[in-house]
Amino acid sequence: MGTTVRVAGEDDFAQIIGLDSAESGQDRQDYWHGLFNRFRNRPDDRHILVAIRDESLVGYIIGEVRDGEFGLPRAGWIVHLRVSDQMREEKVGTRLFDTLCARFRRDGVARLRTAVARTDTLVMAFFRSQGMMAAPTVQMEMDLDDRDQRGAS
Amino acid sequence: MKLQIASRIALYAVLMLASHPDRQLSAADIARHFNVSLNHLAKVLRDLNRAGLVEAVRGAGGGYRFSGQPRRTTLYDIVDMFENVGQSAADVTGDEDGDPISQGLAQVFQEIDDIATSTLQSITIETMLKISERHRRRQTGNGQA
Repeated sequence: MGTTVRVAGEDDFAQIIGLDSAESGQDRQDYWHGLFNRFRNRPDDRHILVAIRDESLVGYIIGEVRDGEFGLPRAGWIVHLRVSDQMREEKVGTRLFDTLCARFRRDGVARLRTAVARTDTLVMAFFRSQGMMAAPTVQMEMDLDDRDQRGAS
Repeated sequence: MKLQIASRIALYAVLMLASHPDRQLSAADIARHFNVSLNHLAKVLRDLNRAGLVEAVRGAGGGYRFSGQPRRTTLYDIVDMFENVGQSAADVTGDEDGDPISQGLAQVFQEIDDIATSTLQSITIETMLKISERHRRRQTGNGQA
């Protein structure tokens, strides 16, 4: 039986949280409910898609259209992508990716963006295999404690 | 990032062989195509052969062919055979209690090393061939325009 990709319904949210928790080892209930609420408010250009195999949720991709952030032109951003470990090499990620791309095109978006941890070479390799390259932006960060120490010196 | 000659030759060879999975290519063909030393290429091919990435086919019509897994083998796997990727930070690193200038420089160079390493580790031979194919299509398109 094949994998189908469809728009997530309310009944899928618990399974999305469950898959994230199982694969990442983190319990982020508050984060997820906040995200679901945010996406409910703007379903036209915010997309939560799920991959279903044998009536089970085996992957999800979440993306939204962002305009002007970081000085960048309008683009579709992939904010989450996860596929169950058991479903690797089954093209589930590619199906989710393609479906989200089609929705972004329908939204009038011509560019796709995402951010990946430098150490997460598996996910980075997946995005590269889909044709993505490094963006002209660099994420930056610092510990606020360091900032406090500098201010004191 | 400046690659050692051996790394560059190895990347050329692996990618050219992987892009022709249905036939063997001679070392002379590859050397001529990329304008590299045949002697140097032969040594690199021996190393790649020992690593299981290329296979020598003997006899008439023989040559080399790619024997790795294009979806698993990354650019890092190849470059790492010939040089220490992410070595620039080590060049300026002192001990932990050492000079703060060295430590600061090491932090910055480590950032560069990390980006280079993750880039090479995330590009498989299959992906690299797709990137090359896009360039080929662009060239063809430009040629027709």
